[in-house]
Amino acid sequence: MSHWTPIARLEDIPRQGTRVVATPEGAVAVFRTVDDRVFALLDRCPHKGGPLSQGIVHGARIACPLHNWVIELDSGQAVAPDEGCVRRFDVRLEDGMVAIALAAGPTGS
Amino acid sequence: MSKPKLVLIGNGMAGVRTLEELLKLAPGKYDITVFGAEPHPNYNRILLSPVLAGEKKLDDIILNDDAWYAEHGITLHKGKKVVAIDRVCRKVRTEDGTEAGYDRLLLATGSAPFILPVPGKDLEGVVGFRDIRDVELMLEASEKHRHAVVIGGGLLGLEAANGLKKRGMNVTVVHLLDTLMERQLDKPAAALLQRALEDSGLDFKLEAQTEALLGEGRVRAVRFKDGSEIPADLVVMAVGIRPNVGLAKASGIHCERGILVSDTMQTFDPQVYAVGECVQHRGELFGLVAPLFEQAKVCANHLAEFGIARYQGSVTSTKLKVTGIDLFSAGEYQGGAGCEELLLQDPSRGVYKKLVVRDNKVAGAVLYGDTVDGAWYFQMMRDGTDISAFRENILFGQAHMGDSGHGAESHAARLPEDAEVCGCNGVCKKAIVDAIVQKKLFTLDEVRAHTKASASCGSCTGLVEQILQSTLGSDYSVSPAKKPLCRCTDLTHEEVREAVRTQVLKTIPELMGSLGWRTPDGCHSCRPALNYYLLCQWPDEYRDDPQSRFINERVHANIQKDGTYSVVPRIWGGVTNPRELRAIADVAEKFRVPCVKITGGQRIDLLGVPKAQLPAMWAELGKHGLMSGHAYGKSLRTVKTCVGKEWCRFGTQDSTTLGIELEKMTWGSWTPAKVKMAVSGCPRNCAEATIKDFGVVAVDSGWELHVGGNGGVKVRATDFLCKVQADEEVMEYAAAYMQLYREEARYLERTAHWIERVGLPYVQSRIVDDAAGRRALCARFLESQRKAQIDPWAERAQGAEKHEFEPLTPAERKANACIA
Ligand SMILES: Cc1cc2nc3c(=O)[nH]c(=O)nc-3n(C[C@H](O)[C@H](O)[C@H](O)COP(=O)(O)OP(=O)(O)OC[C@H]3O[C@@H](n4cnc5c(N)ncnc54)[C@H](O)[C@@H]3O)c2cc1C
Ligand code: SF4
Ligand code: FES
Repeated sequence: MSHWTPIARLEDIPRQGTRVVATPEGAVAVFRTVDDRVFALLDRCPHKGGPLSQGIVHGARIACPLHNWVIELDSGQAVAPDEGCVRRFDVRLEDGMVAIALAAGPTGS
Repeated sequence: MSKPKLVLIGNGMAGVRTLEELLKLAPGKYDITVFGAEPHPNYNRILLSPVLAGEKKLDDIILNDDAWYAEHGITLHKGKKVVAIDRVCRKVRTEDGTEAGYDRLLLATGSAPFILPVPGKDLEGVVGFRDIRDVELMLEASEKHRHAVVIGGGLLGLEAANGLKKRGMNVTVVHLLDTLMERQLDKPAAALLQRALEDSGLDFKLEAQTEALLGEGRVRAVRFKDGSEIPADLVVMAVGIRPNVGLAKASGIHCERGILVSDTMQTFDPQVYAVGECVQHRGELFGLVAPLFEQAKVCANHLAEFGIARYQGSVTSTKLKVTGIDLFSAGEYQGGAGCEELLLQDPSRGVYKKLVVRDNKVAGAVLYGDTVDGAWYFQMMRDGTDISAFRENILFGQAHMGDSGHGAESHAARLPEDAEVCGCNGVCKKAIVDAIVQKKLFTLDEVRAHTKASASCGSCTGLVEQILQSTLGSDYSVSPAKKPLCRCTDLTHEEVREAVRTQVLKTIPELMGSLGWRTPDGCHSCRPALNYYLLCQWPDEYRDDPQSRFINERVHANIQKDGTYSVVPRIWGGVTNPRELRAIADVAEKFRVPCVKITGGQRIDLLGVPKAQLPAMWAELGKHGLMSGHAYGKSLRTVKTCVGKEWCRFGTQDSTTLGIELEKMTWGSWTPAKVKMAVSGCPRNCAEATIKDFGVVAVDSGWELHVGGNGGVKVRATDFLCKVQADEEVMEYAAAYMQLYREEARYLERTAHWIERVGLPYVQSRIVDDAAGRRALCARFLESQRKAQIDPWAERAQGAEKHEFEPLTPAERKANACIA
């Protein structure tokens, strides 16, 4: 069962920008595209673990800041010809509030 | 509302290429109808020669099959020749009466082989060499007959002759002049070529004027002016081509030798466009695909109503598609007034190389026997590279360039398979070759994407291009003369900058909108470039877009491999004091900085800082007057100095003070790539000024200024710019140089590469010779610096861009998590 955890208001994340949230499952990068879609991926590039949250968002993709791998935000797949995949989290947007689905319940509650 | 109608007449290489480009830019914009006189879909005409020679089959050369037209909703009329255009009612009509109305019309009717007006020209067995039908006729003849005569010793004639020879015929090539391929080769190269072709079994009859073709029904022999005759069951006329302008002329469109078009590929009737061999642009006709493809791009841009591309003519190169013969020619290969010729001849190896040089730039080239460097010379020709620095060695090729820092160093073909080509990404030659072959790659971009070779620092780009070329062979090379800024657009850096200026574009969305970007918000390559161009053009008004900056510049610190950052305070001219050192030491201790290091640029690097800590550290450093050293940006980094005359027993000038002044003037400026400076107090040059972007070296009578040095992947020593006397002059020249670089270099192009591209004389003409221009550049630089010299650390320490540094707090600690 997954738990919807509200993490931020949409406007807390800049357009074409990213914020990081610490979760029991690790640091998660939450991305907002130019057209206000929101996605969440584990903040670790499948290449050498670069912090995806620090990259440049374009379209529904993120370019890793370390070696420019490009990752699809909706699937976590690396854009060909690179191969690899990063864990993704479901996200929903309700009343301007962003929530992500975590596998385990929040720690400590 | 129904879509506007576009009609294309001519289902050949240029016309369909235009449609392909248009579909990329504006899919679905038009209802498209295509008329082609040939009963085939669009095929690669160039490869008819290999088909004739039996190296390829007809099926292999189809470019777009019927399904392609269907998929894009294009109505295709094969085997229908258009015979009339009604420009008043805007419709076209074919021989069999089919009609189609248009809003825009595209003429791409190509050309027809020129047939000598001699008696017997209409006999059976006399053909041109132009289309599939001609090839079929030749193949038929080769099965039944023995003697072939090819009239015309140019590119096409020789390819036809080679093909017929391979099909088992006895072939004689007849040529009016005493030298083959006179439009591409000079005499020595032509003689080498002739010898090689004779060795392969072709016969030649030069300086021969055809008088008549003899025979009844089918051709039997060729007779010449001197009365001699040779037997011929097949005669191929390859003496030239004539643009197909009949249709255009008949409909009142202005034609000379070809259909006259403007730089936007429009004819005198603005509703009617024309591309390909049928056009005449700025007095020139075209007979090779590379320029036609450039025209196609421009035409598509205008059909898509972006209205920003211009065709300004092309430089072309030629290769002969005869297996076993290496031949390359480009540009003004004959030389002539105002030109110099560089020659290398090695008859025993069968090698001949000639470069035609004008104003220290390559204007033309002929290579025979060893053509590996063709692409390299051609690139220099198109880029207008100044070759003065290495002209003694240029003929020996790129492999012999030594350490002059120009592009790649070794010949692709000779490189062993396991040689590392891309040092950054550890890619060896074999990996690149395998990718090209297995994944069918054709362009540098594709190779970059698939192998990562040349995707990082780019110093191996030239080599990768060579490998591409040597692997693909020479079917044809259509590497575009202009390199687009990135895959989101076809425009070059220069075109984008010009549009920013002339169309007064002031934001990234505005720019992408009016220049027809293919992606909604660009990519990680173009956005930083656009952000820079706008910033440079509109220093007063443009509001920086943090989301279009690489992380280093976004957070004003240098990202490290583990995701932490490094902090480098500015230390003016490398001179510090105990108070500053103590402050840095205190901060390092307080924030438990794991590594403190002196950098190569005389600064102190605090490594391993977590991002969230940055603002607090900066606040602390700021209290002691320390500010950002911009060690992370495409901007001025450091001005390195020596101790100079104040302390040094050799020093002739006060290099330290001048270095500090230079840094105070230039800090904070954004540039296309990082910029480093240095000032040395005497020619011993302890500050290593001659490998900096801008280096100053004191001499007894003043200062020497050096530019374009680089200590990076490829070491490049500076070029000497000029000598000046007063400190103020150094400042003025430095500012002007910075601004010229800022305004004209491509984003991410370091001064070393920029200067190699535009040539030192150009930079001198702008900065040394033109005093008024220099002062204007200097003024623009100082003006833009008024907005640039704001310490980004101080701003952020006070809370600017706070969200960048603070992680989100999961709300469950504040509110109840809802469970789905
Ligand atoms: C054998 C051969 C080898 C070549 N090798 C090379 C090479 O190695 N490198 C290189 O760069 N170039 C080469 N070329 C030249 C290159 O093929 C041409 O420059 C190019 O094909 C011209 O393109 P185009 O679209 O202008 O004309 P085409 O490709 O000739 O297309 C014109 C089309 O318009 C059709 N057409 C004409 N009038 C009408 C009408 N009234 N109604 C309907 N349709 C009409 C024609 O049937 C034709 O199909 C070669 C050409 C030949 C013939
Ligand atoms: S460059 Fe000359 S002046 Fe400067 S430290 Fe070296 S020797 Fe002394
Ligand atoms: S770690 Fe992301 S691209 Fe290398």
